This record gives sequence, structure tokens and C-alpha cells, in this order.
Amino acid sequence: MNYSSKKSLTFNPSLTRNIGNKALTITSAFFAFISILPLILVISYVLIKGGSYINLDTLILEPEPPGDDLLSAGGIGPAITGTFIMTIIASIISIPVGVGAGVYLAEYSKSGRFANFVRFGSNVLAGVPSIIAGVFIYAIIVSTKILFGSMFSGIAGGISLSILMLPTIIKTTDEALKLVPDTLRRAALGIGASKFTMISNITLPSAFTSISTGILLAIARAAGETAPLIFTALFSRYYITSIDDLFYEMGSLSVLIYNFALEPYEAQNQLAWAASFILVVVLLSLNILSRWIGTLGAFSKNKV
Amino acid sequence: MLLRVDKATTSKYLLKIRPTSERLVDIGFKNIVVAMASMVAIVLFSIFAVVYYESTESISRYGLRFLFSSAWNPVTDEYGALTAIYGTLFTSIASLLIAIPLGVGTAIFITENIIPKYIRDVIGIMVELLAAIPSVVLGLWAVFIMEPFIRPFLNLIYELFGFIPFFGTQPLGAGMMPAILILVVMILPIITSISKDSLNQVPSKLREAAYGIGASRWTTVFKVIIPAAISGITGGVLLALGRAMGETMAVTMIIGNSNNFSWSIFAPSYTISSMLANQFGEADGSQVSSLMYAALILMILTLMVNVFAQWIVKKLSLKY
Repeated sequence: MNYSSKKSLTFNPSLTRNIGNKALTITSAFFAFISILPLILVISYVLIKGGSYINLDTLILEPEPPGDDLLSAGGIGPAITGTFIMTIIASIISIPVGVGAGVYLAEYSKSGRFANFVRFGSNVLAGVPSIIAGVFIYAIIVSTKILFGSMFSGIAGGISLSILMLPTIIKTTDEALKLVPDTLRRAALGIGASKFTMISNITLPSAFTSISTGILLAIARAAGETAPLIFTALFSRYYITSIDDLFYEMGSLSVLIYNFALEPYEAQNQLAWAASFILVVVLLSLNILSRWIGTLGAFSKNKV
Repeated sequence: MLLRVDKATTSKYLLKIRPTSERLVDIGFKNIVVAMASMVAIVLFSIFAVVYYESTESISRYGLRFLFSSAWNPVTDEYGALTAIYGTLFTSIASLLIAIPLGVGTAIFITENIIPKYIRDVIGIMVELLAAIPSVVLGLWAVFIMEPFIRPFLNLIYELFGFIPFFGTQPLGAGMMPAILILVVMILPIITSISKDSLNQVPSKLREAAYGIGASRWTTVFKVIIPAAISGITGGVLLALGRAMGETMAVTMIIGNSNNFSWSIFAPSYTISSMLANQFGEADGSQVSSLMYAALILMILTLMVNVFAQWIVKKLSLKY
């Protein structure tokens, strides 16, 4: 074996392929850096700028009308409760429907024609722009005054959010139930359980953690949505005081950010930053919580 | 044939027949979940039906002319969505062109073993957390932080390349370019996480075989790994396109909301969704119907992209 062929087997950094390799590796690292840059920038600005405007007054006061008082804009209290209430309304509607549809897909008809259509439909529904959900609810609930004569209302806002939550919940329930081993089902049916007992006592509990991951993600998405609310729930500067108030305009953090960010007054802009601080902190914690729950389950994706 | 046994023994060994109540619960439960599954279909169909029904007035009055006119005049009742349609398509496709290399590049970086796994996992989680930030917060950030920061750079481009129609107006704040950049931020997590998942699913045999015959890391990536994962990557890109076309809040806050048609990417413009967000609240009469027509166009566009995405994933994923 001569010297040159021996050398050709050792690593030679000046070869074109090795230079090209290095260049591409550096490029991809650079791309990865650019991709996480926005997250770091957005979060640090929201936490630092928004966090500096957070105090007890901001958290509990009602917002002042823009331009009324140039120094203080009040607080975001009603918006916090509004976001909370509308997210709860949306969850009350979409969790049973979504889990039910997911149970149908996974337990009753794994690949029937109707089941495939429902899967396709829920994928399409996931792709429907959120503003279209708002337009739809405006057309069927707000403009028809179908809810006891009320037009813009927190309930209408909650319903439009539920449309956005539905596809996520269906998909995660379907996939979570598919991860439950069939042996469990056969064992349950074998000892004489009815299908309902099998689903409610065996498969749903064992898929519970994965399903709740999906539900938390859906809630996090709904709580941050603005587009479906701007012409269904509109905005209100006041706290709700009774059940009746659910049928009137309701403020929310996201709409408050949208409205006040475009105001020319500094005080309102500060309120928008404070509201985004609350929203981002809550949504990021929900996301991290759902990730953590996802690792707990016996049949979760990360383990099987 | 049957053994003759006395009643006591029969009842002891025969399988129990389910009580009626249990069977009713079973049947009832099945019907309930079927009803809930049909809710998806009902909601989807009624969204289409309602948007179509509300826009019939405008469809019959303007027909296809609506797509090619940029007039938007509530006083003379002349409406056209050309600016908004162009804005929707241009911003989403331009943002996609920027986001594809970034997203796929990041996905490759965090699926190849270039750096330790826990750092890659952290990068992956950070990119996915970016998706958790609501679009209205990104809009707020874009208005107050990003746009003032990039304006000098855009001005430089305008001064150097102002003779090209695409850069033909001076950047004065809100406009198409900041909207494109904020869309990049919004669709990056989708492209990255879906590409990452499909790259992870490529069988390691393929990679080992490529290394075994002497391919370098990036030859393997470009010639073996990406072709094997192309169905998932394409699906992710198309989903991102659908998201970008329908994205509302951040774009509404930063695009400038002007119905004047301009080729320049620095000029204020419109997208269909920002037009809806901006005008729907105060609209009445035939303007509502025209907005519904625009909403219908948006729905059809996103529907086509989404159906195409699902089709292409099915079509291309049969390989492995």
C-alpha cells in the first residue's frame, strides 16, 4: 500500500466535501438560531416591558376610556375575568363534543367511510381561519339575536371559541385512544363488560393524560384568540356582576390588547403590554403544564 | 342434540343475558358519540352554507368582477377585493419562501446529531413554544418593537433599489413587509415541528446505508433523508400556507389596512382577513354581503390548500 492511498483514508479538512459539509452545518445552526430569536425577543420584551406595568391596580381596576385620563388607564381586571369566562364557556361546549367524537372515531369506527369523513372534516375545520369562525357566529347568533334578543355577548364569543377548540380535542382524543393497547379492550369485553363499560372504565381512563394534554393545548389556543371575538363578544370595560351580564358585550385580554395597542395614548399602550404579560405567562404555563402531563401517562406518545 | 338438564343447573351455567338497562345505555352512548362526531360535519357545512348564503347578494351583483377590481367604496356601493386577494396571496407566499429554508434548516439541525441531544431538545421546545404566543401579542410586538427596528434597513433598500416597482415606495411604518416578517415568525413553528417529526420518522437504516457507502452528512441529508421525509415536510409547508392565509390579528395590526393597490412591498395593503377584522364591525347592507363574499373566497383558498395538503401527505407517504 503506497503513501497516497493511505492518506486518502484519513480525514482531510481541505476537501471540497468537508468544506461544504462544514458550511452547511454552520448554515443550519444559523437558521436554528434565527428561528429561536423571535421567541427570545418577544418573550423578553413582553416579560420586561409588560411586567414593569403590572401592579395590583392594573390587575383589578376597570379600564378607563381612552383619552380620558392621560396618566392612568385603569386596569385589566374585567378583561381577565372575561377571558376566563369565555374560555370556560368554550370548554363546556367543546370538551364533551370533542371527546365524544374522538371516542366514536377510535372505538366505534376506526376506518369506516363516515369516520374517515369526520377525520377529514376535523382537519379541514382546524384549517378554517379563526376570523371565519367569528364571521359565522356573527351571522347565526349575533345578527339574528337568537340568544334571547341579545346581540354581542360573552356566550356568542364562547361559542365561536369552541369551534376553534373542537378539532384539537377530537384529534388528540382519537390518537390517545388509538395508543391504548387492544389487549385491554379484549380483556374487558372478555370478562363480560359492555362496550360502554369498557370505554368508560378502561380505555378513557387509560388515555386520560394524553386527552387532557390535548384539552389544555386547545384551551391555551382559545384563550389567546382574538379574531373570533372582535365581532361576537366585542369589548366591555365593566366587570360582570350577574348571570345576565353573560348576554352582553364582554371584554377579553386579547381584544383589549388589540384595541389599546392601536390607541395613540401611552397609558393605553402600557395596559396592552400589561395584558400581554398576563396572557403570555398563562399560555406558556398551560403549554409547559400540558407537556409535563403528556410525559406522565402510561400510554402517552412519549413512552410507547 | 341438546342435553336435557334441569332448570337450576341451566341458570347456573348459561351466559347471563344483559339486562335491558345496560343494553339501552350501550345503544344510547353509541348514538350520542355518533351525534357528536356528526357535529363536526354539521359545523363545517353550516359555516360554508351561512357564508355562502350571506354573500349571495354580492355574488349575483358583482360576479367574478369582484376578484379583479380594487374599488372599495361604501358610498357608491362599488366593491372589489383585488387588493385584499393579492395581499393575502403575496404575504403568505412570500413569508413561506422565507420560512421554508429557516424551518426545514432548523428541523435538520435538531434531528442531526451535530450538538448534544438536550440542547437540540431545548431548541425544539423553544420553537414550539413560539406557536403558543397569541397572534395579537406578536402584533403588539411587531407594532412597537420590530417595525421601528427594521425601518432603517427597509429605508436603505428603498434608497438603493427604489427603481424596482416592488420597492417603489418609502417605508413609513405599517406595510406589507413587516406583515410578511411577522407571518414568518408565526408559521416557522408549524414548518419546523412537522418537518422535525417527519425527519425523525425516516428509518435509521437509510442513514446508515448512506454513510456506509461513503456519503457525507449533508449528501445524506439532501439525497436520502429529505427525499424520504418529503411528504411530511410538504404537508407541513402547506398547512403553514393555510395558516398564513387565514392569519388575522398580527397582520391587521401591522399591514396598514389600505385598499389602494400597490406593487410595492413597503406600502400599506390589505389581506382578506384583515379587511374582515377591520370593517366587519361597522359594516351594514351590501358591504356586509361583500365582506362575506371576501370571506367565502378566503375559505375556498384555505380549503383548497388544506385538502391539497392532506392529499399530498397521503399520496407521497406510501413510500416508506
